[in-house]
Amino acid sequence: LKSIINPLDLNALETALRIKETNGDTAVYAITMGPPASEEALREARAMGVDDTYLLCDSKFAGADTYATSRTLAKALKSVGIFDLVLTGEKAIDGETGQVGPEVGVFMNVPVASYVTRIVDVKNGYIDIERESEIGRETWRIRFPCLLTITKEVNEPRLPTLSGKKKARRAKINQYNCEKLKSNPNEVGLKGSPTRVVRIGTPKVSREARIFDGPELKTGIKEVVKVLTNYLEVQH
Amino acid sequence: MKSNIMVLAELRENEVHSSTLELLGKSRELSRKLENSSVTVVALTTEELKETAINLLHKSGADKVLIATNENFKRFNFTYYLRVLEKISNNEKPRIILASATTTGRTIMPALAAALHTGLTADCTGLDIDDESGTLLQTRPAIGGNVIATIKTPNHFPQMATVRPKTFSPLTYNYEGFEKLEVISFTNDSIEDNMELLSFNSTDSSRKNVQDAQVVVSAGKGISNINNLELISELASLLNGAVGASRPLVDQKWLDYESQVGLSGHTVKPDVYIAAGISGAVQHIAGMQTSDFVISINKDKNAAIFEYSDIGLVGDATQILEEIIEELKNSKGERKNA
Ligand SMILES: Cc1cc2nc3c(=O)[nH]c(=O)nc-3n(C[C@H](O)[C@H](O)[C@H](O)COP(=O)(O)OP(=O)(O)OC[C@H]3O[C@@H](n4cnc5c(N)ncnc54)[C@H](O)[C@@H]3O)c2cc1C
Ligand SMILES: Nc1ncnc2c1ncn2[C@@H]1O[C@H](COP(=O)(O)O)[C@@H](O)[C@H]1O
Repeated sequence: LKSIINPLDLNALETALRIKETNGDTAVYAITMGPPASEEALREARAMGVDDTYLLCDSKFAGADTYATSRTLAKALKSVGIFDLVLTGEKAIDGETGQVGPEVGVFMNVPVASYVTRIVDVKNGYIDIERESEIGRETWRIRFPCLLTITKEVNEPRLPTLSGKKKARRAKINQYNCEKLKSNPNEVGLKGSPTRVVRIGTPKVSREARIFDGPELKTGIKEVVKVLTNYLEVQH
Repeated sequence: MKSNIMVLAELRENEVHSSTLELLGKSRELSRKLENSSVTVVALTTEELKETAINLLHKSGADKVLIATNENFKRFNFTYYLRVLEKISNNEKPRIILASATTTGRTIMPALAAALHTGLTADCTGLDIDDESGTLLQTRPAIGGNVIATIKTPNHFPQMATVRPKTFSPLTYNYEGFEKLEVISFTNDSIEDNMELLSFNSTDSSRKNVQDAQVVVSAGKGISNINNLELISELASLLNGAVGASRPLVDQKWLDYESQVGLSGHTVKPDVYIAAGISGAVQHIAGMQTSDFVISINKDKNAAIFEYSDIGLVGDATQILEEIIEELKNSKGERKNA
């Protein structure tokens, strides 16, 4: 299985790289927890311009729910260094839930801004961002260290350069397993996950349609019109 | 009064959002299965709630309305929300916490779950109580919507879940419970000021939104041509409804994400859902299957969408839409003249 970077994480990476470009003196790290194949994704990040990469990989990490994943990621972030800014995707590929960002924020004890649509300004000590809710756009000033969850509105991610790809191929990927991370094996992976999947089923079918085909179509249209007439906008 | 269910109220400019009433409806059902349980709704707000809002919460299923006030609750200040909810949860010790899967709920619930060291299941489409253990059974689509997973948090409390708006129904009767009201004003002491709101611009809400409309007219790839979208809009506006879409139409930018119905779009539950040129992929069905009445139009009589419909019209979407629109206009004219 080819391992790819989650689409929204590309936007998060792009955000980090742009901040580095305009603010100098910034290092960008990419960190992921996953199977060995995740190396590929980290190399792609490296090819885009990331300075250093970390892979949290251990069979003990398997089966982690968002709580255990976030706890392990936060623990690793603390042992790798001191970060001003942590970026995650707003959610992983379709259907996922966007829980990891806010949970990592809490385990790191930093404020979180979710659904970030624009980076307005980065200053010494704080960042101004725009985020979007159902009812409007908010601009916040957030003190470092903080965590942002990034939407695709933020930017267009760059493509890796050829020379970047070459460098990335040889680059060293820092590896952490459970022991090196000094994590308690009972606090990671499935063992460290409060939730359990107890049953898997298939979605059920629930209706019996009256189907109008061919010569009956006209009748069907009449039936539909009868239902819809109740909703016709009444002019006052 | 301990083993209670706590619902986090979704307030929009200090008005209670419909999704909160849906959660209260569900909470009553869960509460019946939990002995000696009660339902508390927690509202974070700058000033107190209006009398009408409090009454609405009571009659929608809340035994207790807990209002927490602080000036920082005007907008979603993550730090203040988290610290105050953490305190309230530690005092109330709820067995279950539910919130709407909105931008606020989807952010604060995982944060609160991490702070309380418990699990969370997002976007649940079903909630129930396990007869044996009394734990919350949470159902949600998984693996791209192809299966439905039931998830449980066997040993941790509180048990937390978010639910998308329009998944459950509010009560159809007025609940008469204890009607307890508690107002706690939280001071800023001991809460770190690490984020400050610089500005807020409300978005134009004049456009009919797919989640709130009584009628949703959705277009799929089968409408073939971008110009045919006009038929969809025309029918929607005749019916005072909203325009919806399957994902491919949003991907190719024919319509905004606001219109997308389905697993990675919005969940809708209108009185009438019309699907024109939509095949009925599980991911689309996930977003519309709880609609009261479903009408679909598809040229393929074996299209999966028909299995989820009340009326199915087999034929060309453009032609059928034109005919429906014309007949509706006629009957509208008749009504006016009557
Ligand atoms: C993780 C994941 C998440 C997803 N999330 C969503 C989501 O949120 N929402 C969503 O919609 N999809 C989602 N999808 C995509 C989904 O799987 C389908 O690809 C999509 O719903 C198909 O859209 P459609 O029905 O418009 O197109 P198609 O499947 O191409 O169907 C077109 C239909 O139009 C009919 N047709 C063609 N010509 C005519 C005509 N002239 N008149 C009448 N009928 C005609 C055809 O018979 C066919 O049934 C998701 C997929 C994945 C993997
Ligand atoms: N195993 C992981 N390793 C690194 N980051 C992750 C992992 N899982 C989730 N994330 C981050 O959290 C975001 C939201 O993921 P999710 O909560 O699964 O929807 C992703 O876009 C990633 O940035």
